[in-house]
Amino acid sequence: MNSAAAPNAVLDGLREQIAHLESASQRKRGVLPFGVAQIDERLPGGGLAYGALHECAGGGAGTVDGAAAALFVAGIAARTQGKVVWCLTRPDLFFPALAQAGLHPNRVVFVESDKEEDVLANMEEGLSYGGLGAVIGEIVRLPMAASRRLQLAAERTGTMALVVRRWRRQTEASDFGQPTAATTRWRVSVIPSEELPVPGVGRARWFLELMRVKAGECAEFEVGACDAEGRIDIFSRSADGQDQAGRSRYSR
Amino acid sequence: MGMPAAKAQALFQGLRMIDADPAADAVALERITMWALSQYSPIVAVDVPDGIVMDTEGADHLRGGEERMLTSIANRFRAKGLTARVAIADTWGAANACARAINRETVIVPRGETVRAVEKLPISLLRLPEKIVGDLRTLGFKTIGELANTPRAPLTLRFGPEVGRRLDQMFGRTPEPIDPIRTVELVEVNRVFAEPIGAAETINKYVARLVVQLVDELQTRGLGVRRADLIVEKVDGTRQAIRAGTAKPARDVAWLTKLFKDRTEKIEPGFGIEKMTLVAVMAEPLEEAQKSSSLVEDEVIDVTPLIDIFGNRGARVYRVAPVASDVPERSVRRIGAASDPVEASWVNHWRRPVRLLARPEQVDVMALMPDHPPVWIMWRGKRRKVKNADGPERIFGEWWERNSEMAAVRDYFVIEDEGGERLWIFRSGDGVDTETGSHKWFVHGVFA
Repeated sequence: MNSAAAPNAVLDGLREQIAHLESASQRKRGVLPFGVAQIDERLPGGGLAYGALHECAGGGAGTVDGAAAALFVAGIAARTQGKVVWCLTRPDLFFPALAQAGLHPNRVVFVESDKEEDVLANMEEGLSYGGLGAVIGEIVRLPMAASRRLQLAAERTGTMALVVRRWRRQTEASDFGQPTAATTRWRVSVIPSEELPVPGVGRARWFLELMRVKAGECAEFEVGACDAEGRIDIFSRSADGQDQAGRSRYSR
Repeated sequence: MGMPAAKAQALFQGLRMIDADPAADAVALERITMWALSQYSPIVAVDVPDGIVMDTEGADHLRGGEERMLTSIANRFRAKGLTARVAIADTWGAANACARAINRETVIVPRGETVRAVEKLPISLLRLPEKIVGDLRTLGFKTIGELANTPRAPLTLRFGPEVGRRLDQMFGRTPEPIDPIRTVELVEVNRVFAEPIGAAETINKYVARLVVQLVDELQTRGLGVRRADLIVEKVDGTRQAIRAGTAKPARDVAWLTKLFKDRTEKIEPGFGIEKMTLVAVMAEPLEEAQKSSSLVEDEVIDVTPLIDIFGNRGARVYRVAPVASDVPERSVRRIGAASDPVEASWVNHWRRPVRLLARPEQVDVMALMPDHPPVWIMWRGKRRKVKNADGPERIFGEWWERNSEMAAVRDYFVIEDEGGERLWIFRSGDGVDTETGSHKWFVHGVFA
């Protein structure tokens, strides 16, 4: 990406000009790097942009329970500064697990409403309030107009908007293909955990798909789930002595 | 009522006599009314001589609906050793009559059923002077229904307009606005309009001005508002109220304006608004605090205004805090979103699932007792072969919570199937002694 520096000088100049034409505020916002070189280099700016909407869903059974997606998002929120507003309709999160990913309970304000639309409205309110670390919403449907509202509200204040998509039935998850105004779109699926030399369940691993990113290309990663500080890391194959390629069930 | 004391004593041995003290009763009633004003609805008044009247339109859903609100009111009075009769009806008159007529504690007159509800009630419940009631009885009127079905003109000729007015008020044909109770301590500002207003922008403009006035007033008294009501009086004699609450005492113009402007769209101006009143129903002392210098970089953003916005929209806003309990469903409690930070956190050496099922779901398994994880489990119609497992993590029942948990035991396992899905399952019982549980297996949570 950052090869051939000399001919890019012109392009960079042009990009700079275009960025000036776009919202001036957005450039200063910066990004939240994952701290994993392989992932960060796929994202424009080298990380997850502040002041933008990011969408995240589970794969397989995770489309319904959204467990991995929620923990992935909690890990991101744990690495931001300031309070986190979590909007939802189904209160089935078990906070000790999020605390294990480094998200302190004092930082999270839950906003539980009865209707989906209220979740969207509450998210927007939280985003336009400003000064929060992240605003998280668990939503079934995210129409284009709603997602654009969230994106614009996030751009205004520079708060990160994170949406966990969660459906009632696994078959409804095809909705995830519909276009939204989100800057990035992720899918997190669980895959067999790290193998241990002894019986037991090792560190959880995820198959992380970057399905869409503005000004960037899609990518797939196999990562180890959030650690105590909310960081994920690329799973190194050599570590557990396995050498077969394509262990993901999606590339099999 | 009206029985001589000597006769009562003759009827009931050992009767204790207490002199009536109308003044003290009135003071107590006023105190209860003020309490109701801060609890239930912005429009509350004393219904002389022995009642309280509230306009609960648009306020009951906050208490889980009319029925639950009534029950909770009755229960709160009972907890204080008082017996209350509570009724909800379309009009003040009907509610007044029904509350005094019923034998049970609560009654709800459905919308538009006022006539059916009150027609059999005696005319003494019509809030007429005793003289008129007595004269009407002499004429043979017994129930409100009979009176309502009599031609109006002769009645008015004989008893004056009072009878017709009370009937119309009961059936909702003439408005009967409730004049809310006020004391000198309440901070109140109002604005009267020479020309009735109705446009949304105009309403917003004057709400903003009232808020500024109220904040000025609060400033001089050193108070911050916890609950404020905006009462709108319309040309046709009806009132509408909007209530906004805050999680902490507030005296910030922008904050309060935002809370009201969010909901001014709910105001129906009708033919126009004559008067707007802004009252701080609950106010608490608020000291000035010095702000830290702006040179300090990471200032902590106060999210209380945001919490208020969510709360006034009817969302449930909360934080979670740890509870020292090993039983998973008891280890988390909800606390107020604006409460002080809790330093404690969960002490877990074991992994915890991200989603906890509201109710553990029973599964079919094949497992070797007593301390092996299952070989396969059948959950939600899908059979999963268990590839890896961790456990057991034994959790004992909390006998100090419930007697039935004296011997109860749960053995938790983390299991992973071939696809990588990780579940939290437990066996009720220790696998040996059936005293400790049924030895059935349950799924309790989903790991990431």
